[in-house]
Amino acid sequence: MDEEIDTRKINNSFLRDHNYATEVQPVQTLDYIDSIKAFFFSDNGQLRSFTQPEPPLMRRQEAFNRTADIISTVEFNSTGELLATGDKGGRVVVFQREQESKNQPHRRGEYNVYSTFQSHEPEFDYLKSLEIEEKINKIRWLPQQNAAYFLLSTNDKTVKLWKISERDKRPEGYNLKDEEGRIRDPTTITALRILLDHKTVKLWKISERDKRPEGYNLKDEEGRIRDPTTITALRVPVLRPMDLMVEATPRRIFSNAHTYHINSISVNSDYETYMSTDDLRINLWNLEITNRSFNIVDIKPANMEELTEVITAAEFHPNQCNTFVYSSSKGSIRLCDMRTSALCDNHSKLFEEPEDPSNRSFFSEIISSISDVKFSHSGRYLMTRDYLTVKVWDINMESKPLETYQVHDYLRSKLCSLYENDCIFDKFECVWNGTDSVLMTGSYNNFFRMFDRNTKRDVTLEASRENSKPRAILKPRKVCVGGKRRKDEISVDSLDFSKKILHTAWHPNENIIAVAATNNLYIFQDKVN
Amino acid sequence: MDVTTEAKQIMVQALSKMYSSRTQRGGLRLHRSLLLTLVMKSARDIYHSARLTSEKTGQSDTHGVTESTSQAEEPMDTTSSTTTPLRATATQAIEDGQRSGLEGHSHLHEPAGLTVDKENCNPARMDRHSRKRRSKTATEPDFLPCKKAKLEFAEVRGILQASQNNSANCGRALDSLSLVPMPRTIVTF
Repeated sequence: MDEEIDTRKINNSFLRDHNYATEVQPVQTLDYIDSIKAFFFSDNGQLRSFTQPEPPLMRRQEAFNRTADIISTVEFNSTGELLATGDKGGRVVVFQREQESKNQPHRRGEYNVYSTFQSHEPEFDYLKSLEIEEKINKIRWLPQQNAAYFLLSTNDKTVKLWKISERDKRPEGYNLKDEEGRIRDPTTITALRILLDHKTVKLWKISERDKRPEGYNLKDEEGRIRDPTTITALRVPVLRPMDLMVEATPRRIFSNAHTYHINSISVNSDYETYMSTDDLRINLWNLEITNRSFNIVDIKPANMEELTEVITAAEFHPNQCNTFVYSSSKGSIRLCDMRTSALCDNHSKLFEEPEDPSNRSFFSEIISSISDVKFSHSGRYLMTRDYLTVKVWDINMESKPLETYQVHDYLRSKLCSLYENDCIFDKFECVWNGTDSVLMTGSYNNFFRMFDRNTKRDVTLEASRENSKPRAILKPRKVCVGGKRRKDEISVDSLDFSKKILHTAWHPNENIIAVAATNNLYIFQDKVN
Repeated sequence: MDVTTEAKQIMVQALSKMYSSRTQRGGLRLHRSLLLTLVMKSARDIYHSARLTSEKTGQSDTHGVTESTSQAEEPMDTTSSTTTPLRATATQAIEDGQRSGLEGHSHLHEPAGLTVDKENCNPARMDRHSRKRRSKTATEPDFLPCKKAKLEFAEVRGILQASQNNSANCGRALDSLSLVPMPRTIVTF
């Protein structure tokens, strides 16, 4: 504790003046597989019922290199209580924040695994001889309306609505088994037991079925028929509180609506509809109806040879249920109003910045392609991410962005090699903080960047095991562009381009961030003063 | 680095990426294919204009220009024949793209059609290099992929011979460069 205070005094993080993050402090590093393992062998030894492809005792090294474990999306729910991640293997892992206990006030709520399930499986389209990847492209939470949680998860072709609910009661009070499951000696059974749970008595109907006699009077739990003369009393099974079991069930499956690969889903503020976006089309769905969707944007040209741009991302306005935006590979963003017409091919607004001719290169088209677009929480601003920059647009001004932030401009001279190793096609996401004052996006070498819109200051941080002992403060990193390299700086050529942070998430209300670095999920939060 | 060399490299890499994306899990990505096509186009345009500039300053005779066009054909030829669908599942878009690309080639071949065809007539030479006219200024196009399906070679040759008589713009080599449509290599489904 004292060490933390001293470090804070010494650490000259220039973001110190702000409430949201004095120094960024890692709360926990959740090795993806380890976290699943922890869930697998929970304290009471109960095994959860979910599909776990690899054997549970897999060593960490092997686990680290599995492609299926690469995290492909991260999303907090609307309260920040839950954090969902999707991976390339089609799994979804949901983390829940611990309730803060009064006994340990300085131990902020940590995130623990809450539920794991296999959302999508690999499929094969026989007509086109194509394999459909099970990789989860996006997860979006629905606002909570009852005790259960709902989320939408999508792969390239199919969107699924999952219900995650808790079960905390199990039947108990069998006649022929005791509490530990051992068979009772029938001669000791002398009376009928009805155990009450807290407030209710339940009336059960005991009846026999045709095919399989049920009820523990006539057979023991191995299924052997008991000698009726040994049974002396009747017991009624009742429900009794048990350890928490969380189950996820698919409630809706929205399929066969997309010819191209789905890249985004967005839930509307009306909580009734959502849209799914592929390269050329955007479809509007009702959450209750799976066999019908409405096409609201179609940019497919009559002649595919004339194709010049594709849709890269889309999102509904946070408050106005008729408004949405979509970004294109040409670097433009279109805002559409669904009230104007059924098919929103004609935009209401077009946000585009003319290209700087001095920056023209072979790769201008690739680096201007927008990889992510996000509305601010207020709905007033848009943030877009292209390969080298993050831009903030005012929706009232279409001609140019309000602010442009350089994420890693030192890569501009390296575009040729980045094209060679395919990194130039990487799609980085970007996120707002809860108050729309800070932007965050990822980079290479497991670096991620934060930009403060008010002070115009920025910081580069690294998500790595070495730097992330629990409670340790993250140190700002710096990339040196040329000339003399200082001690703590890293040169552009030493950057590891295989370690990229594409997906990040920011808690809606607090300064807690989740950063996905290939197989690992890092959760950081700001220091308590 | 010389702009033309860089342009060539980029085009070759784009082609190999297009090839490898066919075997990728999950099928072809439209966005990626589009970006690769745009890079190809961009590199091709820069390559052409760079070559023309150097040829103009270097040699002012039409022969030089003709050579430059035939050299400029290299990447385009590569484009057309290497993107010949090897799989039965290739779509019409690719085939249409190749038709338009090849028709463009015929325009360019026109000035030296006979000579080029003589070289093309040799079916035994699978190597791409044999199709190119020997030239002082030419560098060996060693960046081009060597493996070609026999079918492609014969197919291309047949088309060239067939369309040879159709072209009218034999003398206007410079203009035809800008008029040649970029073969679309986007695969759609």
